[in-house]
Amino acid sequence: MIAALALAAGIVLGLILRPTVPTWLEPYLPIAVVAALDAVFGGLRARLDGVFDAKVFVVSFISNVTVAALIVFLGDKLGVGSQLSTAVVVVLGIRIFGNAAAIRRHLFRA
Amino acid sequence: MDDQPITEPDEDPRPKSRMHGRHGSAALIGVLTLLLGFGIAVQVHANSSGDALSGLREDDLIGILDNQNARADRLRQQVADLQQNLRELQDSGDKAAAARQQALDQSRALGILLGTLPATGPGVSVTVTDPDAQLTGEDLLDVVEELRGAGAEAIQFGTVRVTTSTSFEGNGGVVTVDGTELPAPYRITAIGDAKTLDTALNIPGGVAATVRAAGGQLAVQELQKVRVSVTRTLAKPKYAQPAH
Repeated sequence: MIAALALAAGIVLGLILRPTVPTWLEPYLPIAVVAALDAVFGGLRARLDGVFDAKVFVVSFISNVTVAALIVFLGDKLGVGSQLSTAVVVVLGIRIFGNAAAIRRHLFRA
Repeated sequence: MDDQPITEPDEDPRPKSRMHGRHGSAALIGVLTLLLGFGIAVQVHANSSGDALSGLREDDLIGILDNQNARADRLRQQVADLQQNLRELQDSGDKAAAARQQALDQSRALGILLGTLPATGPGVSVTVTDPDAQLTGEDLLDVVEELRGAGAEAIQFGTVRVTTSTSFEGNGGVVTVDGTELPAPYRITAIGDAKTLDTALNIPGGVAATVRAAGGQLAVQELQKVRVSVTRTLAKPKYAQPAH
């Protein structure tokens, strides 16, 4: 509950404040958002499975974001930044779809 | 610590959630999801309202910059070409204006010499009296020829503009100039160097002497400014055509 409320509050805050993204953060923010979404979907699935652990969620959230940003950073340094970004997005997208499917089975039994 | 941080939370769940620090964990989760929502909103906003370039990577930006530079070079080249064209057109325009001015000047000069334009300038006013009606058209033509010989550029005889084709007829008292009958005394206005004209008329044995011999007087008045106001129209050449 608190997560959903905080998510909504964050969106509202972002819409109200409308901050400009710093240049150095620009390549990482979309990847970080996707990674965090993956963590959130994973957490939601774990909760529906009844095996949710706050610590696991927090650690996975932070590490997901960090590793995704690191991969993009490394890719930029190696000159394959755009390809690695695509790779990260694809992998995280697949995971999100898998988690979404599990959540769907829980919610709709189908 | 968990075995793998990147692992999905559901893959390696803790069988039993720890009760201690539950509030701290909830707060942490709240902060993280708050950040996520904030990030989503910011990114969506930056992506939709920001210009298309801000989301691009360095390589793409360099490519775009190269394209823009090439385009700017092309446009600069175009500007230079067009400026060159402009200069050429202005030059030709200047030339055309100069030619037109020259033609205008020439037509004015010719108009004065041919008598189609009024003229003004330094010159003399000559009065020839003929109380005995002795002067013939030929004598008066001599006066005009003397003026012309002395460099008169425009001559008016009474109310007639004298040109190359002007005719003088008459046998005393009245002279017919170009078909216009003019009685004595005759007034002649000539534009030219006043001193030279005066000298030419009063040369010993010249026209002044002829007039005096006929019993008349030839008075010359040198003036800073005389006006030859009478004009004549030129007949269009009927047979002659310009030859190159």
